[in-house]
Amino acid sequence: MTVTDAPPLEHGVSRIKINRIGLWLFFLSEAMLFAGLIAIRFSLLGTEVDEAVSQSIGLVITVILLASSYTAFRAEHAAHKGDQAAMVQYLWATLILGTIFLGGVAFEWYEAFMEFPPGTAFGTVFFTMTGIHAFHVITGLIFLTVLIRNAKAGRYADDSWPVEAGVKYWHFVDIVWVFFYPVLYLI
Amino acid sequence: MNIVRGLIGGAVGYILGAALLMTIRVATGARAWEVESVSAGAWMFALIGWLLAVGVWRYWAREWFGLELVPYTTTGWRRYLDFDTDHKVIGIQYLVKFLTMFFMAGLFAMLMRYELMDNGEALLDSGRYNAIMSLHGTMMVFVAVAATVGAFGNFVVPIMIGADDMAFPRLNALSFWLIPPVLIALTVSFVSGGYDTGWTGYAPLSVESDVGGLFFNLAFFTLGLSSIIGALNIIVTVVTMRAKGMNWMRLPIFVWSIFVTSILSLIFTQFIALAMLMVVLDRTAGMVFFDPASGGDPLLYQHIFWFYSHPAVYIMILPAFGITLEIISHFSRKPLFGYKWAVGGLLGIMGMSMFVWAHHMFTSGMAEALRKPFLASTELISIPTGMIFLSAVGTLWLGKIRLELPMLFALAVLFNFLIGGITGVFLADVPVDIQLQDTYFVVAHLHYVVLGGGIFGLFAAIYYWFPKMTGRMMNDRLGKIHFWWMMVGFNVTFLPMFIVGLQGMNRRVADYTPDLVGTNRVISMAGFFLGTSFVVFLYNFIYSWIKGAKAPANPWGARTLEWQVPSPPPHENFEVPPIILADPYGYGEPDSDHADLGIGTLPKIQETVEA
Repeated sequence: MTVTDAPPLEHGVSRIKINRIGLWLFFLSEAMLFAGLIAIRFSLLGTEVDEAVSQSIGLVITVILLASSYTAFRAEHAAHKGDQAAMVQYLWATLILGTIFLGGVAFEWYEAFMEFPPGTAFGTVFFTMTGIHAFHVITGLIFLTVLIRNAKAGRYADDSWPVEAGVKYWHFVDIVWVFFYPVLYLI
Repeated sequence: MNIVRGLIGGAVGYILGAALLMTIRVATGARAWEVESVSAGAWMFALIGWLLAVGVWRYWAREWFGLELVPYTTTGWRRYLDFDTDHKVIGIQYLVKFLTMFFMAGLFAMLMRYELMDNGEALLDSGRYNAIMSLHGTMMVFVAVAATVGAFGNFVVPIMIGADDMAFPRLNALSFWLIPPVLIALTVSFVSGGYDTGWTGYAPLSVESDVGGLFFNLAFFTLGLSSIIGALNIIVTVVTMRAKGMNWMRLPIFVWSIFVTSILSLIFTQFIALAMLMVVLDRTAGMVFFDPASGGDPLLYQHIFWFYSHPAVYIMILPAFGITLEIISHFSRKPLFGYKWAVGGLLGIMGMSMFVWAHHMFTSGMAEALRKPFLASTELISIPTGMIFLSAVGTLWLGKIRLELPMLFALAVLFNFLIGGITGVFLADVPVDIQLQDTYFVVAHLHYVVLGGGIFGLFAAIYYWFPKMTGRMMNDRLGKIHFWWMMVGFNVTFLPMFIVGLQGMNRRVADYTPDLVGTNRVISMAGFFLGTSFVVFLYNFIYSWIKGAKAPANPWGARTLEWQVPSPPPHENFEVPPIILADPYGYGEPDSDHADLGIGTLPKIQETVEA
């Protein structure tokens, strides 16, 4: 990686594996946060879902986010193959889909403020869960932006780890939504 | 200089964040300035600003944007004020920072004991008393959670496993530089009137407390962030950076304890972040997590809070267990008794610690059906704890015991924690707990565990590794004076608290009934006595660091790796990566070597010292 990161030991684990283990442990830790949120949802509301949640928006943004996971996967695939042009294209696609998802959440929020404001139990849970998830989406979008910028400068031609990390993070955020969507909209 | 830069960065971040939030507030038709809502959001920006300015930008983030990194040129003592990535520098940064916090919190304790010398109001009105009590508890919990792991987990663990640094050195520096904002937030909280909820910050009181409570939430949140990053780093380091031949059953027990502690931190700290976040959202965003009138549930806070904070008790105590076992083996000149059982005990505590949290809530009004399972699980956890004690006592048995300073503190951990642990069984028992909830019995119990166990362990570690960290010996005579002074002061302070607790003296209240005045006088006097013992320590610590006798590489004749390199260790720790040949506890086996350091044969550990 870089000079200040410890070099791999001769016998030891390669730098990229060290990075991967670190990333997965980060996901484990974050997963506890989201698991806690889901537990809070059932603790406060049982299985109640407010009828005012917009099923159509929920379904559409879920599909969009899953699609963005596919483009992110293609971007990583291209990165490993060394196809820089395709990688940048797929990163762009992911960024755009992610932004649309965020727009969908914002629209849903606008509606939700009228129907179930944060001052109701369902609103509290809904805004907190979607809000914390959206925060992670925003950080993911920032990573994607930095990746695209640096990819254009040719930084990942021989080191695709940052792309892999960014994409894995994006998958993680998507998987969280795979749990959040049924918990917030369907149950 | 660097810190000034960081403060400016933090201020700029705060202003930018506040401006952004106020714009949004105006756009949605709310009043532009509302101190809590704006501060809570702007805090995140302030943190980012602080981190960037303190070194992240110069030494790290510039490369994300295709810029050249600033070369790191700081040398000498200024490294301790800079964004240094050497794990040894970071360890010392943690140690000094948290000792400072420890002594500040200790001064608050002195104020509390002054107030409690007599019933009625002396120095502090009840509001001030509550603020000081809360801040004392909060800061001491922060010290207990992070000091040992931060200081010695960073300094010693990489050397013990034969690595040249942590797995993620820059992340390591980042996790340290998240600590100063914690102290800043607590200071802001105190200056703006403090908070009266105690360190537990129970809802709904914490939702209604003054603005000081908000900064307490932000401080705890920030400390959690730092803990998670630090824990992740230690886990990856232990998993991937062990020297050749250092398999899991050859790890020094201290490394095991820090490893297990880090797993607990990594998994559970998210819940304290969540608890703090929920309170902040209730305070600032009009949410109703803890408002039963709107469908919320105040008990939810306690569940989430203790789901972190009970494992956090083990985050406080397990490193002390590790230090104790480590020291007892080296100073009894015997292999660690039942090494595998001790490791099993650590892992057992780790596994069970997530099923005991509700024993803090027997009187909270939670479902009655939950009481018995939590009683049982809590009492069961004394089994793995007992395995650790078995290992300690078995090692002492027939050992050639050397009562050096670190050994005295290690034995004190056993003595004090035994009392703390056994009184814990009382409190786990539902009928007894219903009587003793919120009395000084609980205060005495938790101080025996956290101060008598955790902090005595911290001091054992300081006396043990001081020569390695600074290259100088501590003054032995002053150290022994400090030990006996602290040990006697501690026990005379906290044993009578069990008694006043049984007599019904309430904790977290500035006043009590007149019949308890006598015992409280004793407690206060002993408390001041305990407090002054640290003057001796502080003098010894500073004087020895500057003028103490030069320390040899291995003043204690210990076999673990950190003692086989010079004091203080060179930047890369080892000249060549060491090769581990056997476990480090081969005392009494003349032909056994722990490691081959690649510098000819390892100088045999002097087994003749005690002859």
